[in-house]
Amino acid sequence: MNIQAKLKVDPRDGKLAMAHFYVFIVALAIGGLAGLLQTFVRSGKFELPFGIGYYQLLTLHGVVLALVMTTFFIMGFLHAVVSKTAGTYTNRQRTLAWISFALLTIGTIMAAIMILLNEASVLYTFYAPLQAHAVFYIGLTLVVVGSWVGSAAVFMKYGEWRKANPGQSSPLLTFMAVITLMMWDIATIGVATTVLFQILPWSLGLVETINVGLSRTLFWYFGHPLVYFWLLPAYMVWYAIIPKIIGGKIFSDSLARLSFVLLLFFSIPVGLHHQLVEPGIDPAWKFIQVILTFLVVIPSLMTAFSLFATFESYGRSKGAKGLFGWFKKLPWGDARFTIPFIGMLGFIPGGAGGIVNASHQMNQLVHNTIWITGHFHMTVAFAVILTFYGVAYWLIPHLTGRILTKKMNKLAMIQGITWTIGMLFMSSSMHIQGLLGGPRRSAFSEYGGAAQAAEWIPYQIAQAVGGSILFISIILMVYVFINLAFFAPKGEQEFPVGEVAKGAEKTPLVFDNWKLWLGISAILIVFAYTLPLIDLIQNAPPGSKGFKLW
Amino acid sequence: MHMHKFEKIWLIFGFGALLVFLTVIGVSAFYLGNQPPSCLATIDPEKVDTTAPFNEPGLKKVEGKEWDYELVFVASAFSYSPARVEVPLGAKVKVIATSKDVMHGFQAAGTNVNMMLEPGYISEVVTTFKNPGEFLIVCNEYCGVGHHMMHSMIEVVE
Amino acid sequence: MAKTELNRKIDTETEVEDSTNLNGTLASVMILGAILIITWVGLYMLFLSR
Ligand SMILES: [Cu+2]
Repeated sequence: MNIQAKLKVDPRDGKLAMAHFYVFIVALAIGGLAGLLQTFVRSGKFELPFGIGYYQLLTLHGVVLALVMTTFFIMGFLHAVVSKTAGTYTNRQRTLAWISFALLTIGTIMAAIMILLNEASVLYTFYAPLQAHAVFYIGLTLVVVGSWVGSAAVFMKYGEWRKANPGQSSPLLTFMAVITLMMWDIATIGVATTVLFQILPWSLGLVETINVGLSRTLFWYFGHPLVYFWLLPAYMVWYAIIPKIIGGKIFSDSLARLSFVLLLFFSIPVGLHHQLVEPGIDPAWKFIQVILTFLVVIPSLMTAFSLFATFESYGRSKGAKGLFGWFKKLPWGDARFTIPFIGMLGFIPGGAGGIVNASHQMNQLVHNTIWITGHFHMTVAFAVILTFYGVAYWLIPHLTGRILTKKMNKLAMIQGITWTIGMLFMSSSMHIQGLLGGPRRSAFSEYGGAAQAAEWIPYQIAQAVGGSILFISIILMVYVFINLAFFAPKGEQEFPVGEVAKGAEKTPLVFDNWKLWLGISAILIVFAYTLPLIDLIQNAPPGSKGFKLW
Repeated sequence: MHMHKFEKIWLIFGFGALLVFLTVIGVSAFYLGNQPPSCLATIDPEKVDTTAPFNEPGLKKVEGKEWDYELVFVASAFSYSPARVEVPLGAKVKVIATSKDVMHGFQAAGTNVNMMLEPGYISEVVTTFKNPGEFLIVCNEYCGVGHHMMHSMIEVVE
Repeated sequence: MAKTELNRKIDTETEVEDSTNLNGTLASVMILGAILIITWVGLYMLFLSR
């Protein structure tokens, strides 16, 4: 591993990762523009031109950002990380990864065309019985299958490394990449099942009706781990890359692995917490999944401790005194650290809100209000995305053989801070409006002149202000990206891979015991889902025909 | 695998806090009956208009039940029936609703009445209207092009 | 979870690690814990009041 750590990512693997990042930046620009226009519409002072529908735009925003942008960034990042820490891909592995990229891209284009033709204004959650064009669902299926093929490349590399290094613990970042993709592959079985066996036959007219409750439950079996699929790569950066950037050490390799294993266990059998206020599911099963949801908080509590400990240890090694003196020793001028650090802080209110959302009957306070939109913009669009920006600042020049100059670093700081200000504006006003009862996923409406609805409008204007600031940040990001990819001076930009302190305890080999982890994970899933699913099938009402209400 | 003693303290503290949260909501749900809306009854979504109680939407006084009134709503793209209803202050009301077509939401803004309406299922929640005034009912699940026009009004009167 | 097997090899390192000064870390996570509790209790009160 030590020899590998000194090497650059092989240019062939670099090209592969960069292909993903080009799609990422295009998706960010398109999805961001859609988001900006939505906040304008919701301010009540703007109407969409050219007959574009609000919900068409909202579908585009959700699909392009939540499904496409994230998946492309994460797959590109994981390929780069695995190639760096477990070794250059073999030709076979690289071919698989390129097939994955092609499937992801073709699927994305198919779904996007259907959205643009207004054949699929069903939002990114595509709840039946709203029925989009079959090509939309086929496109999304290809995105999922593409990610499976990509994960196969990573698993093969991991297996190859284990064989070549018997009796050794796998590289931390590769281990984390494998956990992330295992979780993703297990989770996507749910959405693949409902799309292939329920939604596709129904949208093609092969069957007339669909079991709506079952379809939703299979969707949310996938939908919650989806948010952990976004979060885990950010945790990888926080645990194993940020320590190197600040010049410190990984706090504990074993505890980092333990928290990833716990995340694998508890991020999947919890989807019912998205369905707390819906009929057809026994509240006792809802509560069981609420308990499991609370358990997934534990690894995040461990993560918070590890990160603070890394920062404090580093600060004290630089002579910091007092309770918080170490805080001042951190490299605040370095965008690669500061921007992801702001993201970490954002995960604190994000996590606090998440616990509220999952608190069984308390969900009635917030369910489907715009509080929820504010919540996941805080977690994903703030904590995770700021971390991804922080990665892009060094990974893109590393892969293109360029460097992040002082000047670009400064611009990156401005870009990240602009994002911070915009998101704080938008997310906090969404949270407040949600508690006042304002619904999510809704175009501007005065609701027949209701007094309560009038109270919401100032918050919607604040969201438009936030949205505008965010869009400025996106323009800056596109500029930084293009500079780092094509114009920055040639040079060697470091790929920071964290190391544990000298004399740290050896990582126990049990962490590479996949039979154990997958077995426990399977038991938890079977326990949490078998009876609710049987219930939804056996006691199903008459099925629903498809509706196209847009 | 060693854990610093402070981390142990922190995890015990965090775990304890989560346990307290779970106990509070668990006791409230299972002993005091404050479960989230989870009705298991089904209905043919195409025969809603002819199935009781949805053949007569609106407020009805009931006797011999744990609640004083039943308030029946039928949702369809893009409206609720009734479009406006008066409820006496302090009345214990069971809200019963369903959808005739796609998924809809049902939230009385500023109250804890917030549930999903799913074609084929009946949704129920029991609530006491403690405060007078107008409470806007909004559809908070996307249901189509008129989603944001879909609303009703509960007026709590003395 | 195979804890016994894990615990065996570590005893030598224990004392060194516990002496690491992490007072600031403990204070920081406790602030975080306070935020979680305040948020949850506040919203539970709001839930009860409605
Ligand atoms: Cu609706």
